[in-house]
Amino acid sequence: MNTFKRFFKANLRQNGMVIALVFIMALFQVLTGGILFRPMNINNLVLQNAYVLILAIGMLLCILTGNIDLSVGSVVAFIGAVSAVMMVRLGLGVGVTIVLALLLGIAVGAFHGVFIAMFRIPAFIVTLAGMLIFRGLTMVILRGQTIGPFDRSFRAIASGYLPGEELRIAGLNGVAIVAGILMTVYFIVAIIWARNNKKKYGFEVLPVSIEVGRVAFIAIAINFFTYSLAAHDGIPVVLILLLGLMMIYSFLTQRTILGRHIYALGGNEKAARLSGVKTQRIMFLVYTNMGLLAALAGLVVASRLNAATPKAGTMFELDAIGAVFIGGASASGGIGTVIGAVVGGLVMGVLNNGMSIMGVSVDWQQAIKGMVLLGAVSFDVYTKKRSQGS
Amino acid sequence: MADVLLEMKNITKTFSGVTALSDVDMAVVDGEIRALVGENGAGKSTLMNILSGVYPYGTYSGEIVWDGKPCEFRDIRDSERLGIVIIHQELALVPQLSIAENIFLGNEQASRGVIDWNMTSVHARQLLEKVGLDEHPGALLGTIGVGKQQLVEIARALSKKVKLLILDEPTAALNDEESRKLLSLLVDLKEHGITCILISHKLNEVSEVADNITILRDGCVIETIDRHHEDFHEDRVIKSMVGREMTNRYPEREHHIGEEVLRVEDLVTYHPDQSERQMVRGVSLTVRKGEVVGLAGLMGAGRTELAMSIFGRSYGQKHSGSVFVRGKKVDIHDVTSAIANGIAYVTEDRKSLGLVLIDDIRRNITLPNLKKISAHGVINQNEEVVAAEQFRTRLTIRSSGIDQVVESLSGGNQQKVVLAKWLMSEPDVLILDEPTRGIDVGAKYEVYTIINQLASQGKSILMISSEMEELLGMCDRIYVVNGGEIAGELPRAEATQESIMKIIMTHQKQSRERKSA
Repeated sequence: MNTFKRFFKANLRQNGMVIALVFIMALFQVLTGGILFRPMNINNLVLQNAYVLILAIGMLLCILTGNIDLSVGSVVAFIGAVSAVMMVRLGLGVGVTIVLALLLGIAVGAFHGVFIAMFRIPAFIVTLAGMLIFRGLTMVILRGQTIGPFDRSFRAIASGYLPGEELRIAGLNGVAIVAGILMTVYFIVAIIWARNNKKKYGFEVLPVSIEVGRVAFIAIAINFFTYSLAAHDGIPVVLILLLGLMMIYSFLTQRTILGRHIYALGGNEKAARLSGVKTQRIMFLVYTNMGLLAALAGLVVASRLNAATPKAGTMFELDAIGAVFIGGASASGGIGTVIGAVVGGLVMGVLNNGMSIMGVSVDWQQAIKGMVLLGAVSFDVYTKKRSQGS
Repeated sequence: MADVLLEMKNITKTFSGVTALSDVDMAVVDGEIRALVGENGAGKSTLMNILSGVYPYGTYSGEIVWDGKPCEFRDIRDSERLGIVIIHQELALVPQLSIAENIFLGNEQASRGVIDWNMTSVHARQLLEKVGLDEHPGALLGTIGVGKQQLVEIARALSKKVKLLILDEPTAALNDEESRKLLSLLVDLKEHGITCILISHKLNEVSEVADNITILRDGCVIETIDRHHEDFHEDRVIKSMVGREMTNRYPEREHHIGEEVLRVEDLVTYHPDQSERQMVRGVSLTVRKGEVVGLAGLMGAGRTELAMSIFGRSYGQKHSGSVFVRGKKVDIHDVTSAIANGIAYVTEDRKSLGLVLIDDIRRNITLPNLKKISAHGVINQNEEVVAAEQFRTRLTIRSSGIDQVVESLSGGNQQKVVLAKWLMSEPDVLILDEPTRGIDVGAKYEVYTIINQLASQGKSILMISSEMEELLGMCDRIYVVNGGEIAGELPRAEATQESIMKIIMTHQKQSRERKSA
């Protein structure tokens, strides 16, 4: 019991978020009369929130450095507009367009990065300018009109599914079921491997009972999730994209030198520089990366809407920033995780989705989301104070 | 015997089960200077925070009696109303405001919420005169030195009609001259009836001005020594503080000095903001293997600027000059290349420059050394734990484990974390900038021991300190720095406080003559 308490306390910040997510899901499951967990809705949750999660991952890195990026919503619209022009007006192929759009995103991010890292202009100002510049350019390019529709293969980014429809297991999509089982196995093997490695170095490991409980919880969650997808149309393409990004950026932030340098820069820039961290380069990379991910989100959004519109991506930056803070990141930098940001994004997504099903008006949804953000961060500050006091 | 101004009786304070103060009694006589000494964590600051109302009545047990009346302070305002003012180690001033504005911060000279600037200016001038600070009250606080800022804090206390002034490590950031000035101001204030409690690690200062010394250890008052008592001397105080006899404050070391490791030639650096102002003016120096070399000088002499310029040009702009490591000229244009060439720099300001306070011990120690425990940019976290644990044990960093956040460590242990991170980089040349600032006697001794071990392992040490005694006790050779130049060089045998001061004075005179010529 004691070890359990200690484990729980040590992970209160992270577990707190997961618990909040589970609580909100359960709440809306009841409030919506069971609609929330229906396969179709689970599928919708993924498709609706993909862009926020992509942006939140990039935004997390910006927030880790102690800054934010206000431009991402405009960049989403800008990339969508440019891609639409390339495909619809210029007749370029889908593959070429995607590559060019991502490169353009990198260029946009680098543009911000130069001003922030080299000229040392506060990121808030640079990206505020970027927000205006790229929203304006979007309108210039689109001349106030909507461009669409797109080729089917482009639409598949946001609304396509993995092939293998013919493989059926008990009337369900076989690919999704198998993927769920494979992921569970991979997860268990990874945990055992990490445990053994820790033991090899003679470190303390979690008691078996807690570890088993943790694995069981995650295994159930994964398989319920893939089962729901299997009962619908299978695994969405954008989900693969998301999982890939989560894995890459989790690894990057937690396991690599680059990631450690980002945290150190956010924790104390001067100390980091005097420890050999190339702070300017890191800052530049973080904002360039944000440009890349904003471009990716821009493609997803355009693909989902099947059109480029001047108003696309409005307020997306605030959704992403909100997700990161709900996910436990610190506004002064140096604290936060990719998984936290994703969980934060899901909390917002479930709120949106649940309230929409219940027929809550959009105006109220905004207000409620605002209150959740404030509540989540207040809770975070409160638990941090308490854990410091003891 | 004069009247007792303040009495603290049976003060006990616990922090979630850990006793910080147990049954402390202290009585302060009106018009005395009382020194409060003890190692870090002995409970000095806790006691003063209780006295000034930072920890309100009810969070501790015991009684505070002021002028014969029992007090129950709810916050700082309550205690300030009675004339108890505390000046913390980290000054509570706003650098962007003027001196006058800072003096009256929270106590503005105003009627009906509108500030009377003329009155502010006049009163500020009077207060500045009292503390002997010759600065314009309209000057921005950020443009004057730390020593003068300290005086502004005292002026601010005076503006609150202070009766009991509590100073927490007031001279930690000051050089010898500034410290002397501050201490004589305290004696001066005493004449005007202001009682003072002085917390300090610098025992020589304490024994100079204090009427009584109260020694705290592990949350208890060990004893209070009267100025006229025969036990009123440093060795006795140290013994009470650490609970054991300390025969030698500087541990012995065998000297095996080898070949030259670091050579700096004609180093020139300009001020980072004022591109015409030379801060380091053509400095040349050498450090040999196994040698501890000191950089002595007054505050503002340019020692930190010099050290940071050597360490990958991390200070200033328009650098010129050359650096040789083991006889080979090296290109050290940034911190990374300095580390790669075996140079490490332990900063003077560990909190803002040395550590990532929100991170744990492990991540702080490995930050400059991640390459050592990584393959292809991926960190082996198990190796990292092993390495960090090894340094934690080797330097006896007192903590609950390597996952403890460094913010919550005591000053001495934080300093050891900074040392650990640079020891892990296995440098040939270790530059130490004020390595024992603000840490207690016991921790100092440990730091000295570590320095000696490194020297006998063949490392070259370049050490900056504002405590001349420390340099004299530790160094094989001392360079005297003044005005960004090397003013002189003294071998251990010839180095004394007097000889160092003489070099500084002569150099100052020469440069004045050069300027006027």
